Amino acid sequence: MAAFGSLCLLIALALAAYNLLAGAMALRLIATGQPTRISPERLADTARRAGIAGFVAVTGAAFALIWSVFTNDFSITYILDHSNRALPTPYKFAALWSGQEGSLLLWAWLLGMYGFVLRLRHKTDVKLYAYAGSILAGVQVFFLSVLVFAAPPFALLPGFTAGGQVPADGNGLNPLLQYPEMVIHPPMLYLGYVGFSVPFAFALGALMMRYPGEKWIKITRTWTMVTWLFLTCGIFLGMHWAYAVLGWGGYWGWDPVENASFMPWLTGTAFLHSVMMQERKGMMKSWNVWLIFSTFLLTLLGTLLTRAGLVSSVHAFAQSSIGTWFVVFMGIVLAVCIFTYVLQRSHLKTEHQLESLVSRESSFLFNNLVLLTACFVILWGTLFPILSEYVEGTKVTVGAPFYNAVAVPIGLFLLFLTGVGPLLPWRATSLKAIKRNFVLPTIALWGTVIVCLVAGANPWQGGAFDQGHFYAMVAFALSAAVLTAILSEFFRGAAVISRQTGRNLFAALWLLTRRNTRRYGGYLVHIGVVVVVIGLAGAAFNRNAEKEMALHDQLNIGPYTLVQVGSSQDSNPDFDSDYAVLDVYKGGKKVFQMTPEQRFYHLGEGVQPQTMVAIHSIPEWDLYLVYEGINQDTNQPIIKAFLNPLVGWIWFGLGVIVIGTFVALVPSLTPATAALKVPATQVTPIAPALKGGA
Amino acid sequence: MGAPARFAFWTRTVEVSVLAVAICFSIGASAPTARLNTLSHRLMCQCGCAQVLGECDHVGCPDRDKELSELSAAIDSGLGDQQILDAFAAKYGETVLAAPRTTGFDLVAWIAPFAVFAAALLGTILLIRRWGGLGRKTQIAAAGEAAALDPAEQERMERIRRETGSDGGF
Repeated sequence: MAAFGSLCLLIALALAAYNLLAGAMALRLIATGQPTRISPERLADTARRAGIAGFVAVTGAAFALIWSVFTNDFSITYILDHSNRALPTPYKFAALWSGQEGSLLLWAWLLGMYGFVLRLRHKTDVKLYAYAGSILAGVQVFFLSVLVFAAPPFALLPGFTAGGQVPADGNGLNPLLQYPEMVIHPPMLYLGYVGFSVPFAFALGALMMRYPGEKWIKITRTWTMVTWLFLTCGIFLGMHWAYAVLGWGGYWGWDPVENASFMPWLTGTAFLHSVMMQERKGMMKSWNVWLIFSTFLLTLLGTLLTRAGLVSSVHAFAQSSIGTWFVVFMGIVLAVCIFTYVLQRSHLKTEHQLESLVSRESSFLFNNLVLLTACFVILWGTLFPILSEYVEGTKVTVGAPFYNAVAVPIGLFLLFLTGVGPLLPWRATSLKAIKRNFVLPTIALWGTVIVCLVAGANPWQGGAFDQGHFYAMVAFALSAAVLTAILSEFFRGAAVISRQTGRNLFAALWLLTRRNTRRYGGYLVHIGVVVVVIGLAGAAFNRNAEKEMALHDQLNIGPYTLVQVGSSQDSNPDFDSDYAVLDVYKGGKKVFQMTPEQRFYHLGEGVQPQTMVAIHSIPEWDLYLVYEGINQDTNQPIIKAFLNPLVGWIWFGLGVIVIGTFVALVPSLTPATAALKVPATQVTPIAPALKGGA
Repeated sequence: MGAPARFAFWTRTVEVSVLAVAICFSIGASAPTARLNTLSHRLMCQCGCAQVLGECDHVGCPDRDKELSELSAAIDSGLGDQQILDAFAAKYGETVLAAPRTTGFDLVAWIAPFAVFAAALLGTILLIRRWGGLGRKTQIAAAGEAAALDPAEQERMERIRRETGSDGGF
């Protein structure tokens, strides 16, 4: 199977190279109109078909690797290093992305899949799709070259071909990866990372061919949103995995790999917003092109940072030579982008017109400013250790305290814009409109501040100022204001529909959303973001306690009393485990039982310990228990308990974001203004809320 | 209230606000437990887990308890926060500090984000003003064209403008 996999990769590389060269040649011939023996259109079609066949070949390689995992073919180094016989079936799939070679193969397979869908839909705009397909083929050539020459996933054990022995069992999968989220988190993240290749290919292709109008943006909108959603889900699943598996009570540690996934998310989000300016006003064309170029480059940079061992990370794979490949490829991509932009920049000339500093257009500009500043801060923090070492000769750590001090205020400003932006009309804002739109959110903001102070969540506790509580209070207040602003937008529009159609308010809300799915889907995404922010702000009030607990010992945290009622051991072929059984009392009454656990995975010759936290989640907080191990002197388990307020809101917020994105992806109903037939004399200032489309 | 008085009022308000915020941020927690918690979040665990000392949960961590007890001892000995951090940096190297220092070259790490933000903010405001100027020029040209339209057409255009301008969507 190793030979079959390697052959598939070679065929895929040849097909991708043909796709790139034949596609580029055909497009060149079409552009110059040179007479040739073979029709350029036919040549372009063969290139497209080669791209489709290439996907089949990469699928063959991916299948070969998975087959090798399931058949325990330990003659392949990758399988030996990342699997063993006792590995449960779902995690056999996870072995595909648990190492460098496998994750690069996953990347190439997903890129092939995106390209396959793109090439099947080529009739939408044959020429633009041919450009995009050829550019994707160029990216694919790079990844397949790395897989064939630098990080082959089917490399055999040294000495095996000379008759060497195959080990009876593998070294097993890293225990940290043996968790349900790990079966879906990396593919989601990769779908997001790789997916940005598609809008990148369309943007570069449209620029190369001087594509007339903004249609390419409409074509790529769905691609970009789906990709953004995958990346969002991937990031949140990673957070949940860190929360549930790493056992430190948190979900985001500003690790370079986390940062690497967050940076393209920020620029991708900026693109999704600023592209509306191009669609509606024909503005910011160069900006949008560079946003999508940057997003793609950042996905590569993230891979480079971790794979090349430039920065230390808990996620980083072993240092390898593929960093050089990535540096060269990024250089080529950047050079192509700059060259194309310089050559075709006259095509992106636009007449920028803004009537007011306080308008929807300006809010989009500020939104982009904040998102890109946040991206810069994270990139700066990630790269500063390298810079410091280069300048001063000493490496420094840029950890959570730096990001919390710098990124949190920027994030709060972004939250403020999330509320303000949708309330500002396009073009200009009158004082009357400001009064009408901002009164309720302002009341909600100050009302929340008062509630926070009264409820004791104030930043001044015992005469000392707590910066975390201060930020949390600001986040709660802004969240309340933003929620009020968005909900009032919904209800104002629904009230108009209700008045004019006689439907009840909820039916009117449903109709309103269906008539402008993009707008109201976007608002739902904003609501989701606000819910997430509320959850994040809860971290300022985290509490924890740690105790060595003998039988019937008690540990108090918040309103709960934990009582140790037993500890035991279990064993299976994959791992042995120690766990404690704790009854949880509230107000003197037993409410539930929790069993935090410590596992000892059998990996090759040794064992690797791993905590399995127990979490009881309610909207108010999570009770989070960690079995820290056994005190060797007393033989008693050590339990660490966390009470983490509002964590559940983060995962709930993700659900709202997903629903909002799906709503925004659904096409709107026919234009409402036409359906309602509102006479010109009855037009109210809210009527545009009923308009369909963007 | 005249313009100078209004200006003085706003200047005073801004001054008071800035002072209030500065006072808030300058007051720090001083209880030993709070200091241990604060300082343990400004240091990294040295076991290689890449976690902040106060949050290291690495099973069987060989360094966490040792570092925490050193930290407690340093607090009990009456050293100031900066002295404690300096002592840890001298013993374990600069990477033990969870964030760059606010002196020397490390200060660049703190300044750059805010400098970039300020520059980008200023650039955006100037860009909006410039684009606003371009918009006005175009409007003047458009006004000339509009004058040539008949009143019914002008009314229709005005209605469209009202509709799309007052509360446009995404």
